Amino acid sequence: MSTDSVINTQNQTAGAADPGSHGPSRGNEPLALHLENVTMQFGGVVSVNNLSLDVPQGKIIALIGPNGAGKTTAFNCITGVYQPTNGLIEFMGQPMVRTYPRGKDAKIYKGQNREKYAGQHVLTPTPDQITQLGIARTFQNIRLWKSMTVFENVLTAKHMRAKQNVFSAILRMNLAEEKRMREETMDLLREQGLETVKDELATSLPYGLQRRLEIARALATNPKLLLLDEPAAGMNPQETLELADFVQEIREKYGLTVFLIEHHMDLVMNISDYIYVIDFGSEIAQGVPETVQSDRRVIEAYLGISEDQEDKSNT
Amino acid sequence: MKQSNTTGISRKLSAMISIGVLLLLVILLENLSTFFPGVPQVLQPTSPLFTVLKKGAVYSLVAVTMNLLNGFTGLFSLGQAGFMLLGAYTYAILTVPAAMKEQVYYLFGGCAFESSLVDLFGAVFGTSGPGRAVAMILGVILALILAGCVAGFFAFLIGLPVLRLKSDYLAIATLGFAEILRAIFQWQKLGPVTNGANMIKGFPTFSSFNITDGSGRVILRLSTFIPFLVSSICILLIVLLINSSYGRAFKSIRDDEIASEAMGISLSKHKMISFVISSFFAGIGGGLFAMYVANAQAKAFTSTMTYEILLIVVVGGIGSVSGSVIATFLYVACSEWWLRFLDSEIVLKSGFKVPLLRNGFRMVVFSIVIMVIVLFFSQGIMGDREINIGALFSGGSRRKKAAAAAGSAGTVDISVSAADKTAPAKEISAGEGGSADENLKETVNDAAQDEVKK
Amino acid sequence: MEYVISVLLSGISVGGQYALIAIGYTLVYGILRLINFAHGDVFMVAGLMGIYFTAVLPITLSIPLVILVTVALGFAIERVAYKPLRDAPRMSVMISAIGVSYLLQNSATYVTGGQPMTYPKIPFLSNTINVAGTQTKWVVILTPFLVLALVFVLTQLIDRTKIGMAMRAVSKDFETSRLMGIKINSVISTTFIIGSALAAVGSVLFFTNYPAITPMAGAMPGLKAFVAAVFGGIGSIPGAVIGAFLIGICETIIKGLPSAWDVSVFSDAFTFALLIIILIFKPQGLFGEAATDKV
Repeated sequence: MSTDSVINTQNQTAGAADPGSHGPSRGNEPLALHLENVTMQFGGVVSVNNLSLDVPQGKIIALIGPNGAGKTTAFNCITGVYQPTNGLIEFMGQPMVRTYPRGKDAKIYKGQNREKYAGQHVLTPTPDQITQLGIARTFQNIRLWKSMTVFENVLTAKHMRAKQNVFSAILRMNLAEEKRMREETMDLLREQGLETVKDELATSLPYGLQRRLEIARALATNPKLLLLDEPAAGMNPQETLELADFVQEIREKYGLTVFLIEHHMDLVMNISDYIYVIDFGSEIAQGVPETVQSDRRVIEAYLGISEDQEDKSNT
Repeated sequence: MKQSNTTGISRKLSAMISIGVLLLLVILLENLSTFFPGVPQVLQPTSPLFTVLKKGAVYSLVAVTMNLLNGFTGLFSLGQAGFMLLGAYTYAILTVPAAMKEQVYYLFGGCAFESSLVDLFGAVFGTSGPGRAVAMILGVILALILAGCVAGFFAFLIGLPVLRLKSDYLAIATLGFAEILRAIFQWQKLGPVTNGANMIKGFPTFSSFNITDGSGRVILRLSTFIPFLVSSICILLIVLLINSSYGRAFKSIRDDEIASEAMGISLSKHKMISFVISSFFAGIGGGLFAMYVANAQAKAFTSTMTYEILLIVVVGGIGSVSGSVIATFLYVACSEWWLRFLDSEIVLKSGFKVPLLRNGFRMVVFSIVIMVIVLFFSQGIMGDREINIGALFSGGSRRKKAAAAAGSAGTVDISVSAADKTAPAKEISAGEGGSADENLKETVNDAAQDEVKK
Repeated sequence: MEYVISVLLSGISVGGQYALIAIGYTLVYGILRLINFAHGDVFMVAGLMGIYFTAVLPITLSIPLVILVTVALGFAIERVAYKPLRDAPRMSVMISAIGVSYLLQNSATYVTGGQPMTYPKIPFLSNTINVAGTQTKWVVILTPFLVLALVFVLTQLIDRTKIGMAMRAVSKDFETSRLMGIKINSVISTTFIIGSALAAVGSVLFFTNYPAITPMAGAMPGLKAFVAAVFGGIGSIPGAVIGAFLIGICETIIKGLPSAWDVSVFSDAFTFALLIIILIFKPQGLFGEAATDKV
């Protein structure tokens, strides 16, 4: 979509600059996350193509699209697992990731806006630096630390924010800090209803609880923005409903912004304030749930293709 | 560490007490022959028991450092021999007395460093009597710490490029660095420092700590106590690290790097911390090794040495400090003592010559046993569990019986692990190092008694 | 000049011998993602067998027998030490490989009594020949040609035959190949058989030109061959061969430098320095493919 949409996004929404779309941010809501012309190219394959989107603070925004549309790749670009080939990502109004095609990528680059960020200071933080800034995530295929108990999983996630160095840790000069971490962990587990299973091995929990634990672990890093990668995958309708409440609840409680990828349309339509739809790496539609639900392109591209794919996998 | 802090403190106390008791036992054990000259052969100073205890103390420290990397941080590093080499040489170069330098470095017309730490402290505290002892102790301690620092510093330099590599590439790159270090230390051009390919000797060893009277007669032996003391302190520090927030971060990297990074744990920083600390203590282990063999020579620190230590860690259980310590003592005891008989031809009274027994057979049997453990008991002796003090006191009697009932090393392994399965699983305490030593000593003592009966 | 030629000749020959071992590494790594630490020791055992067999049998019989028994050894090692760990973490298999290496070395020490053993003179191969004014052994001249011929046969085998296709499939995607009904175990066994056979041939060539075999004689050539395989891009046979020739030549040049510099001690270290440089700057090697992790 818009090439001219955002240079100065803080007081100007994408929608205002581009009359073709409206954007999730009505008025001057501050943005938690802002993607601009993000392209991710692996060799000759463009997985995310010129993606621009806004996630206003305090909202729940969804990113949907058929399998292989590039949703998780977009997440990985935001969280630093991949470095995008081109584009800008801002977090809380500050540039967080900024790249342009360089070296070998420059020769084979197929995306748009090749020159837009050329020559600018390149920012490619590692995932831990991004988490440090206040973005936490969960994974599509749950990635809990499997040798650790529920309690240890959450406690370990607190390590990043602990005020200590390795010497004070070895020589136990940080007992107060350690105590604080443990208490906070217990509080978090209590709130998430994981208190009773705190000494179980994380991987021995039922699926739904593992998902919940992953969210609890992400919360332990004190995030401002929470990225959920298919949080309802593999859940039954009842669990999905509970999850919807749960996500809204933690948003309220921690003043979070939530950005999620999801396949369960019930859940997405139910909790999202605004939805972006992508296919083949590019945005095909955006809007509030009602608009997206009735969007012809979405029904065709998204549902159509996903049925095709089901057919393929069945045969 | 799952319990609250109050039990944590009492547990720390009991860990300290058990380490103290262990060290006292070692002193008693090695001085029995001084007070009661009639003790059986096995308790005489020349007994293989003390070789085993000394070497075991040194190797268990190195095994634990390797476990810190391989077992707790998931970094498959094979550079341990290289860091030991750095430690051994640093220690040796810094402590060879000035008077000995000319003789040791005769090929190179003396050493580039004219003095030694012991002499430096000697200038302060005096060169005879108690002053000399103080100077030597301080010199040795400082040299060991510097040995660790040199190894840690090199680990930092090596770690910058190689820690980004994945599992087996990291293994081969660290192995490569160890080989490069070995070559550098044998280079004749560095002879004035490293004595080229020749050994450095003449520095204080474990037996330098034995206290003698005016006539040179030993009145108090400390040669086994010293390695136990140093190793216990180092292993204790490593255990404290493992049980700290940093240790949890290491384990998380072992379990799932991507998740750790997403939770804000910097891979490069934490891998580096683990690598440098492991190498620091491996360097101290190298210094102790030089003291144990009474020389430092690059030839000794081959990749085979690293493999040996790796196999010890595997036998003990990857991710278990107490397992590493137990396995070290079993390994050393088997290779230096219990399986020695396999190396000499035995002719029974009936004139029957036991087949196969001759030089080298011990190591064949030994490596087969190790292969069996690797293939069929991949958890090793302890898996990733630890012995804890509480379990030792409550379940100790049971374990003792099991150990006493078992005749050979192989069965000891199984009974120990079986006994531990009944103990509360996955309890971690601050004192595994000490308690493991203690547990092991029981088996060593039991075996010693068996030996005596024979 | 003559000196330069003789250094180069022996460099090429040593490189060829490394190449024969390196192929074994690269094939096994391509398929199992395992650094087969025992491979160098299989090479050493083949050398020892050469000594023992030629003592009782004529050369013409004993060399094929060495190859046959080495193949059997390689096959047995895979079945006993690696197959049970098929689904275990990669580290366990590598540890098992180190265990096998330890066992082979200790067994060799036991059998030989720890004494260095002299390799028999093999007629023709051990004979000397005058090339451009330098005296050299026939084996030195012959090795590169033999290596190239064997590599040609091997690439034909991998490109043209059914088992070769299966090997390529397995190295691309182990799990999918398994699901597609490829007999994984026979593919892996074939890999070990080929690797061991080449190692046996390599041992004959290598030790003919070498004063003695010790139980540790296989470790260093093994590691160097592995470095060659990494250098060329692990999984790639031409890569491994080129890497091996390069390492062989560089190593002989370093050994041949003036003794006043005393750098020959670095001939082994050089290989590892090369390895580390390659791993840092081009981890996929010269001809390897870069792999990405899926999150």
